[in-house]
Amino acid sequence: MTESTLPAVGLRRADLSEQRLKRRYAAEKRFRLYGASAIGIALAILGLLIGTIVSNGYTAFVQTYLAVPIYLDAQAIDPEGTRDTETLYRADYQSLVKGGLREMFPDVTGRREKLKLYGLVSNAAVYDVRDQVMADPAMIGTTQTLWVRASDDVDSLIKGAIDRNLEEDNRRVKDDEIRWIETFEAQDGVDVRFNTHFFTSGDSREPEQAGIWGAVVGSALTLLITLALSFPIGVLSAVYLEEFAPKNRWTDLIEVNINNLAAVPSIIFGLLGLAVFLGTFGLPRSAPVVGGMVLALMTLPTIIIAGRAALKAVPPSIREAALGIGASPLQVVTHHVLPLALPGIMTGTIIGMAQALGETAPLLMIGMVAFIVDIPGGVSDPATVLPVQIYLWADSPERAFIEKTNGAIMVLLGFLILMNALAVLLRKRFERQW
Amino acid sequence: MNSLLLIAILLVLTMIGYAFGQRRARVVSGGHPSTLHSRPQYYGLYVALWCGIPSLLLMAAWLIVEPHVAEWMLISSLPAETTDLSPDMLSLLINDIENLASGNIVSRQVDPALQAAADGYQSFRHIASAAMAVAAVSLGIVGLALARRRIVPSLRARNLVERAVNVLMIIASTIAILTTVGIVLSLLFEALRFFQHVPLTEFLFGLNWSPQTALREDQVGSSGAFGAVPLFAGTLMITLIAMCVAVPVGLFSAIYMSEYAAPKVRAIVKPLLEILAGVPTVVYGFFAALTVAPFIRDTGEAVGLTVSSESALAAGSVMGIMIIPFISSLSDDVMNAVPRALRDGAYALGATKSETIKQVIFPAALPGIVGSLLLAMSRAIGETMIVVMAAGLAANLTADPLEAVSTVTVQIVTLLVGDQEFDSAKTLAAFALGLVLFVVTLVLNIVALHVVRRYREKYD
Repeated sequence: MTESTLPAVGLRRADLSEQRLKRRYAAEKRFRLYGASAIGIALAILGLLIGTIVSNGYTAFVQTYLAVPIYLDAQAIDPEGTRDTETLYRADYQSLVKGGLREMFPDVTGRREKLKLYGLVSNAAVYDVRDQVMADPAMIGTTQTLWVRASDDVDSLIKGAIDRNLEEDNRRVKDDEIRWIETFEAQDGVDVRFNTHFFTSGDSREPEQAGIWGAVVGSALTLLITLALSFPIGVLSAVYLEEFAPKNRWTDLIEVNINNLAAVPSIIFGLLGLAVFLGTFGLPRSAPVVGGMVLALMTLPTIIIAGRAALKAVPPSIREAALGIGASPLQVVTHHVLPLALPGIMTGTIIGMAQALGETAPLLMIGMVAFIVDIPGGVSDPATVLPVQIYLWADSPERAFIEKTNGAIMVLLGFLILMNALAVLLRKRFERQW
Repeated sequence: MNSLLLIAILLVLTMIGYAFGQRRARVVSGGHPSTLHSRPQYYGLYVALWCGIPSLLLMAAWLIVEPHVAEWMLISSLPAETTDLSPDMLSLLINDIENLASGNIVSRQVDPALQAAADGYQSFRHIASAAMAVAAVSLGIVGLALARRRIVPSLRARNLVERAVNVLMIIASTIAILTTVGIVLSLLFEALRFFQHVPLTEFLFGLNWSPQTALREDQVGSSGAFGAVPLFAGTLMITLIAMCVAVPVGLFSAIYMSEYAAPKVRAIVKPLLEILAGVPTVVYGFFAALTVAPFIRDTGEAVGLTVSSESALAAGSVMGIMIIPFISSLSDDVMNAVPRALRDGAYALGATKSETIKQVIFPAALPGIVGSLLLAMSRAIGETMIVVMAAGLAANLTADPLEAVSTVTVQIVTLLVGDQEFDSAKTLAAFALGLVLFVVTLVLNIVALHVVRRYREKYD
């Protein structure tokens, strides 16, 4: 009824505002959609990143083995029949493995062909035979079907990383080799097993022999030094700045400084380590002790900032109560404030350690990129760390290292997830609302 | 390993000192601890400090000084003709003797004189380290004994210990300052040496970067060009590409999370996004080099473009992914900090949510958002591994994102990894680049922190 009495102009206006409202609501919906799709894109990329790594990397945890019938010639292994470990350890198993392969494929003649045939098994096949013989010396003198590691190309072929239907020229594994492998397959002589060597060996030029244990130990030693330096120093400075420092220019300077250090590119810390720790102090190159010191300087701001936040969260009433019953200022902190703030400080420390674990660039500067086969035994031995190992393998021309790189990344991410989960757990468990 | 053992021994000694001090305090109090000035633990700590700190300091000083003394002894023990050698040859000789002493491979024929020098050197180091261990341990014991004797009920042990802890805390908090000073001095010192070889103007404005210095005089391209403009341009281009990826995604994510998302969604999505910041950069580098770069190259070829397999686009876009959480997290925080009253005012006027965001919240939060963008940019400029693995080595001066460019950080890594000759212009150039990088990121950080802080003060 009211509508009919409205003047025409008013009607038009109402119309307009309805249209405008529609437009505004459409704009609202669009805007909201942009936001949701931005998050969707970011999460999709995260999924893609993890997905490619896992799908390319899980095969690094398994290794192809071939069953080769080998005549364990007593003359070749242990001519005197003493069976002592030293003799068995030093015996020439290489020729036995080769003999076994020749025996399997008697039609292979010619030097080049034979070399190709021997290339089916890894250089480490010798060690596999040796270990099995040493475990059971009674086998000597008989013909045994022993499982030995396949070479990286055969491994890739079995895992499907090399396409058998490709033209021969475009394929790393040639027709002959595929024929031989098919013979193995026909005899059930191919097996894919869990790759313990990947977790227990050091680096190697041969992908099927390369492992991450050396890098894991190097990372652990480096992080140990980092923790031993940065945690006490970080806690002490956080306590000083938050609880004791007078408000003056000097403490302001320290504070600005810490905030800036937290944002200095990590490679700059590497340059500092190179110039000061290696150049001036003459500490050894490639050593976890230097890496740990550089990373400690880098994580220090993270720990101090987290520590101060945790100390700030402890309510003043606790301090006042302790002071009121006669505690000295230091007693207030060590007996009451610090224990209450410790979970927060620990959380910050773990996050800082996780950052340090993933750091690569500063360690390149202090020479932790050397090719190191041995497992480091101490903090001054040459070592490498997991991220640097990933970098080295990623640069390697051998195709089979791609799988290893992805596998090592999975291990690294696993450690990081573990550490962050621990931090979250700590926060959840001890978080207090005052 | 030897010094670790010594540290362990000293720590054990310190603990013994603690026990001794505590026991002594109880004894001198005659069974009435209340007559002591402080509680017995403080007497224990007092003794422990006197036992541990001097001996550990002595050890640290020795670790720094001893190699130099050993080398000096070695040089003075060498026959006279070796002192005529040039410094380079002398350092090579000393290096060989040191290697021989520690059983490593030596680059020259081992003659008896060399062997004797190595033996002498080794025995000196053995004696020195043994003497050191004895000295440190006896200093610890002396400190322990003296401090223990000073314990009387009126000794103000707590105050003394607290003063020591206070000094320790001040030392710890100056380490941050020392780090900055160390960075500035080491970069400045080496960069100045570089600028003695190459004039500053050529470095900052030169258009040609090819840091190969000649081994022989007549070598082709022997001069080595150190004009860093192509590197600055490359860094800037990759950073810009990264920002083009990260700014829209990061900002819209932040807006959605702070204004639209339900608290439950936010609690899941925010940590998920932060995983992107926690992934090690070497993983991004691998992803860029092996997945993104081939994809971009193939797509480019499909539409008829020639794309370098180390294109700036690949490195830049992956770097953009890395810095998304830096933008989204901080922007989310600053938008959340905009007071409720501003929002309510806008809603009361009938504005929709998006209009409120665009016209009220975003302008109010702008300083904080700008701060977060600057921080993200400084991250991108200083990022190393992604560009080392996915960007090129050749320093092209180009504006085409499909071509390979090189960045400041890539050059620092390539100049310093591998051969180590500390005096050549090539290695010193890395420090000059590091100085530029440090100054640029420092300025960005200071401005960003300043802006963010000013903004926080406005609404707190």
